[in-house]
Amino acid sequence: MWRDSLLVAGKDLRIEARSRVGLSQVVPFGIVALVLFAFALGPDRALMTKGAPGLFWVAVLFCTVLAVQRSVSVESVDGARDGLRLSGLDPAGLFLGKSAAVAAQLVVLEVVLGAGVVLLYGASITAPWLIVSSCVLGTIGLAATGTLYGALSAGLRVRETLLPFLFLPIAAPVLLAGTRIWQAGLAGGTPSYGSPWLRLLVVFDAVYVALGIVVFGPIQESA
Amino acid sequence: MSPNQNVPAPPVQSSRARWTTRILGITAAVATAFTVWLGLWVTPPDQTQGDLVRLVYIHPGVAWVALYLAFALAAVASLLYLWPRTRSLFWDRLAAAAVEVGVVFNVCTLISGSIWGKPTWGVWWAWDARLTSTAVLLVLFLGYLALRRVPAEPEVRARRCAFVALFAAVDIPIVHFSVLWWKTLHQGATVLNPNLSPTIHGSMAWTLLLGFVALTLVFVWMLLVRYRIGVLEDWLGTGELDVALRERQAEGGSLDEDEAA
Repeated sequence: MWRDSLLVAGKDLRIEARSRVGLSQVVPFGIVALVLFAFALGPDRALMTKGAPGLFWVAVLFCTVLAVQRSVSVESVDGARDGLRLSGLDPAGLFLGKSAAVAAQLVVLEVVLGAGVVLLYGASITAPWLIVSSCVLGTIGLAATGTLYGALSAGLRVRETLLPFLFLPIAAPVLLAGTRIWQAGLAGGTPSYGSPWLRLLVVFDAVYVALGIVVFGPIQESA
Repeated sequence: MSPNQNVPAPPVQSSRARWTTRILGITAAVATAFTVWLGLWVTPPDQTQGDLVRLVYIHPGVAWVALYLAFALAAVASLLYLWPRTRSLFWDRLAAAAVEVGVVFNVCTLISGSIWGKPTWGVWWAWDARLTSTAVLLVLFLGYLALRRVPAEPEVRARRCAFVALFAAVDIPIVHFSVLWWKTLHQGATVLNPNLSPTIHGSMAWTLLLGFVALTLVFVWMLLVRYRIGVLEDWLGTGELDVALRERQAEGGSLDEDEAA
């Protein structure tokens, strides 16, 4: 399972390294979203600093949809999906590999967006360990749920429109928890408020990673 | 060619099933009418809430059907469909019917809650924990219905939808707790909780109870009817294909005759 997941993650990341779709389209989109949020809130610095945690996570959520759609579409041509299914790779490994590839791209995105939030919105980080752990745990959850829904919608012609509708409400707890942890970890927050939310993220991750390992095989058959 | 030859006969519903549905429907209608009569005319207005209290005879019952009965049934039915030993389109159609009726009840919950909230809280919508998780639940299952509308083979559609219902069902407790903490950790205990009069008794208690029974009956009746519609829809889907195939074949046949002539 682990060897298969490394193979699949390596494949997806190699495609990304050569096509640079994530780096040249998804990450810039995230920055555009940050700028648009600033326009929507007006030039009020205090308001932006206050809203920074939520805006960061909303931007991450939207970019996750794009990253997942990209992760599905690289396998949509030339019967690549059937090829993967016939390759004898463990479905659990396939799930973990594809999730890991999405997660790796999201981490890069979060670093850029995090810097953007600090630079553009004037947020200052007081508890870096909270910020980092929320990003790690949030990324795992988003990548796992995103990959599950990506596989589920892989064969659909209405994939682009249906995926955000199905995926975003499911990811609502990640948005809530991530935002609260960031509020606790930025200037003016109380770091101890973050720990129950970290536990919630751990539960979310554990549930959906376990679910993905069990049901990814059957999901692929139904796509 | 007579239409009877073209269209395969619809799946027959046993007369027992037909009568069960009919009797359930009549009972539900009578119970609902009785609830309305008791709620609007017989029971007295509340001391503090006045006539607003009459919404209490409907709102908790609707919420009970929407949040617990319908969606729990959908989750269990979807799980039973995914379980290889119990896999049958029966469970898929039951889950779909439960979700669809549940969504209707969920919307009614939100609407009746809003009507109660405007004069009581002063706002149509408050970001209260219960309200928020009810809304998230609604969106999750609207996604289920959207996926269901995507044309596919019944088995493929059933599998996809069952997975979506499963993922959503797993998400519900997490959403519930996160939304609960979202309110309480941030602003202290919520003051907007509907603070029902604890001294509810007599005719009011009976009306409330009858409301629960009536709405549960309405739910079961709608579920049965919707299930039957699901069966007929699937029949129509396959039937239409057969008809179209036969028409094309018939066209081909007449073409051959023309050529021969």
